[in-house]
Amino acid sequence: MTLVLVLAVASCGGSGTSNGERKAQELSGAGATFPLPFYNVVFDQFSGVNGDAVAYGGIGSGGGIRNLRDKIVDFAGTDAFLSDKEMEEMAPVIHIPTCMGAVVLAYNLDGVESLNLSGEVIADIFAGAIKTWNDPRLTALNPDVNLPAGAIIPVFRSDGSGTTFVFTDYLTKVSPMWASNYGTGKSVNFPTGQAAKGNPGVAGIISQTKNSIGYIGSEYAFAQKIPYAKIMNQRGELVEPTSTTISASASGEIPADTRTSITNADAEGAYPISCFTWMVIYKEQNYSDRSREQAIATLDLMKYILSDEAQDVTSKVHYAPLPAKAKELSMKNLKTVTYNGMAILKD
Amino acid sequence: MNDKLYRTILFIAALTIPIVCGGVVYALITDAYDAFEHFGFFRFLTSSEWSYTEGAEQYGALPFITGTLLTTLLALLFCIPFSLPVAFFVGEYFKGSRVASILSTVTDLLAGIPSIIYGLWGFYTLRPVIITLNISPQGSGILTASLVLAIMIVPYAASLSAEFIKMVPNDLKESAYSLGATRAEVVRKIIFPVAGSGIFSSYILAIGRALGETMTVTMLIGNTNNIPTSITSTGNSMASIIANQFGEADGLRLSSLIAIGLILFLITAVINMIGKMMIKRARIS
Repeated sequence: MTLVLVLAVASCGGSGTSNGERKAQELSGAGATFPLPFYNVVFDQFSGVNGDAVAYGGIGSGGGIRNLRDKIVDFAGTDAFLSDKEMEEMAPVIHIPTCMGAVVLAYNLDGVESLNLSGEVIADIFAGAIKTWNDPRLTALNPDVNLPAGAIIPVFRSDGSGTTFVFTDYLTKVSPMWASNYGTGKSVNFPTGQAAKGNPGVAGIISQTKNSIGYIGSEYAFAQKIPYAKIMNQRGELVEPTSTTISASASGEIPADTRTSITNADAEGAYPISCFTWMVIYKEQNYSDRSREQAIATLDLMKYILSDEAQDVTSKVHYAPLPAKAKELSMKNLKTVTYNGMAILKD
Repeated sequence: MNDKLYRTILFIAALTIPIVCGGVVYALITDAYDAFEHFGFFRFLTSSEWSYTEGAEQYGALPFITGTLLTTLLALLFCIPFSLPVAFFVGEYFKGSRVASILSTVTDLLAGIPSIIYGLWGFYTLRPVIITLNISPQGSGILTASLVLAIMIVPYAASLSAEFIKMVPNDLKESAYSLGATRAEVVRKIIFPVAGSGIFSSYILAIGRALGETMTVTMLIGNTNNIPTSITSTGNSMASIIANQFGEADGLRLSSLIAIGLILFLITAVINMIGKMMIKRARIS
């Protein structure tokens, strides 16, 4: 008995609302909760195109990758791209970036409406080195704010999470202390504070706990109306996470397979804890008795997400659209996807 | 012919349960084997490291065993002052009365509330109280989880205890009264000694319930992988670490989580066995 969350993989067509090319399919995916609010809207719109239904389980990036490895889903959602080692362990996959987002530092402080933080200060808070809100290093960053004397309660993720990966990737880049003691990962041994499951769990704890601070996907902070901090970027600017500042982080080079970290970007106006979030699919789509039509539907979904119609949704739900370069590379990558060794998309 | 068929169906149905149970144990052992082999059984039990660093993974069950035992024992402690009076109220003082039947119905109702509801109540109602009273700054922790667990196990302890208290023979009680004993003396000197092992066993069964409780504990314990240093500190129980991490775990971590599941299974089995044995003894006497 393996403890696997079995997501039903539909192998046959659904309602049969065909557009002449193929029957409507039921696609299933699982993974990151971070882009879930964006996906909910996009999947809903996508179902209007060809009647394809998409079931997406927000079980965390780690869980999504595991489901893909177990070949029980059509795609996995992840905020942490697969490492070279992970790529070697599975059949060839491609990463399709779907949108950009920000991990925000959300806090719950009585009477504090704006808070400035720097990377090193965040690292020291989560490492337990800065213990109270009126620590001199915090008051130095926030000269106009009356910070309380209470103990800081860091809140982090108890499950494996792409959000944790992005956050610790940032801390590793900006703090040598963090890099040598804790490092980057989907699960990291935070020394202090308390943990909750999923982005919604962390958001819930923060909104219910005075003097707490935690990292969550920006949409979750918006949804629960939790304030979040401005963060000092590499250029020394204090930046708030918005579609523009997130996009500014991706102005640099993007590798051909789109596996890149854009945290702590050296660009003007860039929000430093920005990230891509990806869908991962197998290059060879014939696995676990999937039909050719299902493979085509999977690619249709990817193409739809890269389309302007879907990308326009991003900023409405507090994410940011993909840069043109990323879309271009992804279309190229989609053309390498095969069914029984034959390319599915024609040039 | 009919009789034979009936017996066959009965036989198959009865045999299925031990087979399923055996299958569960078998699966737990085979899947947990990697972790035990890699870390050694006793080191796994006594190590407090839970570190994911790739290549240098270290998993030990001690923080979670402590978390589980601590929450369970505290829950038991908090539950006694409420469940024992209810048991005596229903089983002795107001035996058979209307008030008693209402009280026992209400208590039993507590057992039917889904654990997520207890979790929500703990999270939104009890946690702010703990914070306001300055007991702990974050509100979550061993204490909060134990308090809610205590309420959850009250019906298990109270109903069964009341049954055992009711079973104390009237002859015994009446002879004590005829010798001039007061009600309190009857309770102390007759009911307790006679129903004692029955009451004890009902608490054992309540413990069994508290040990495995997952949802409520996960929502309230704080989910940190350290050995709790005080009752207000955060921690993780065996059930909550599994609930938190099995989703993305694989390889050694998955095996370690299953090993924790196996240990929890064994602890629960032993405790239930003790309970059953005590009930048997109570019935015989």
